[in-house]
Amino acid sequence: MAEPARAKPKPTPETQHFWDGTQAGELRLQRCDACANVYFPPRPFCPSCASRKVSVFKASGKGKLYSYVINHRPAAPGFTPPYAIAVVELDEGPRMMSNIIDCPQTPEALELDMKLEVAFEKLDDKITLPMFRPAKG
Amino acid sequence: MRRNQVAVVGAAETTELGVIPNVSQIQLHADAALNAIADAGLKLSDIDGIATAVETPQQIAHYLGITPTWVDGTSVGGCSFMLHVRHAAAAIEAGLCKTVLITHAESGKSMIGKLPRSIPADSLQGQFEAPFGIYGPPSMFPIPVLRYMKTYGITHEQIAMVAVVQREWAAKNPRAMMKDPITVADVLNSRMIAYPFRLLQCCLVTDGGGALILTSADRARDFPRKPVYILGTGESVETPMVSQMETFNSSRAFKVAGPTAFKEAGITHKDVDHLMIYDAFAHLPLYGLGDLGFMPHEETGKFIADGNTRPGGKLPLNTNGGGLSYMHSGMYGMYALQESVRQMRGIAPAQVKDAKISVCHGVGGMFAASGTIIFTNEK
Repeated sequence: MAEPARAKPKPTPETQHFWDGTQAGELRLQRCDACANVYFPPRPFCPSCASRKVSVFKASGKGKLYSYVINHRPAAPGFTPPYAIAVVELDEGPRMMSNIIDCPQTPEALELDMKLEVAFEKLDDKITLPMFRPAKG
Repeated sequence: MRRNQVAVVGAAETTELGVIPNVSQIQLHADAALNAIADAGLKLSDIDGIATAVETPQQIAHYLGITPTWVDGTSVGGCSFMLHVRHAAAAIEAGLCKTVLITHAESGKSMIGKLPRSIPADSLQGQFEAPFGIYGPPSMFPIPVLRYMKTYGITHEQIAMVAVVQREWAAKNPRAMMKDPITVADVLNSRMIAYPFRLLQCCLVTDGGGALILTSADRARDFPRKPVYILGTGESVETPMVSQMETFNSSRAFKVAGPTAFKEAGITHKDVDHLMIYDAFAHLPLYGLGDLGFMPHEETGKFIADGNTRPGGKLPLNTNGGGLSYMHSGMYGMYALQESVRQMRGIAPAQVKDAKISVCHGVGGMFAASGTIIFTNEK
């Protein structure tokens, strides 16, 4: 029997551009054409000024570690504890949940405000997840 | 809303609390409701308004045989019942109904007649949080803690003291699930759940329920129990996704609900004799003390560690033992309200002497929602 897999996102019409982006190796955010607000998660209007004139753009993929837990139990399907569930603050402003890869999952290694960069992990032909690893240099 | 126009005239928990494998969730609702109706000296047919969460009002109304003229199914997590009290008070004042029953019950431990909660894969949380390993509240609720600690200089030992102090209160309460004294070392050596939180910093998982009955203050004098008046109320919501909170240094929902209630009540913090802050996890009392304006966030950890909230302290907090030691069926707000009512009636197991004003502050989801009710026993 196959190991239980991690929860897989199911895109909606309003979020499809984000998931198309991760498949193409891009972290895509949205910016309001009216007030320049950058926001996440995706929606076809600006949650700050309500304008429907918004654009999708490729974000830098850089950010820093805002906060996290190291989950021991119960572990989500598809995860081997202990694993960090992190919130990354992107250089463009919005924050997003992710995991930190290429880094020991310890309080010592996971220092708040450490610089991170996006990395992409393919789940299947439709879904690639945005992960983060310590920034090089 | 005007002060003291509506009162709690019936309040009760389920006959048993803890592990109740022989009763289904809907029957726990009924058990609490029947106990509250008996407490108020009413008949079921006297109830013309009903509010509940998770279960729908129609399920509870039908099961109890009630025909309401007012219903509220607000379901925003564990503080739903604070919102119900606020909405019911407004409805009674507006003449939409006369006598409201609010019920909560959850077979949180035994899972009898209860569906497991799940996150749809196409919801925003299903797309942008679930794939990263969240799995129940312990993996989500503590996510802001490390940022809060860094910003305000709060220590692990100070947060551990929240659990220690609440166990001191629980020791005075025969119905508390956990009564044995614990130390900071016990907390910091207990099993790791989700760093930085360990087992003793996470709420219990139990079965139980509670119910409240509200009516107008004019009618309240005719009831067998001393009325407990609604002095002030507040509510708000922020986001169902903990990762999308405006900041991890405070809760926006707390900062709206709490001060709204204080303003409505026309009281200051020094007027507060008794305080409940929903403690699903040990950091919540710190956020609550700061966001409700009792003190700057920088001082919250020291305030608790110095013993100010323990029995005999100047600000008695979570006097039933809280979600950490009393009980937590999944939506603890009802039990916080029950303890505030007991304190205002003067019948709490760990009664705060001469308490006249009780503030009861709830959270729903992972800082997703909030409700604050301020009670008084003086009109």
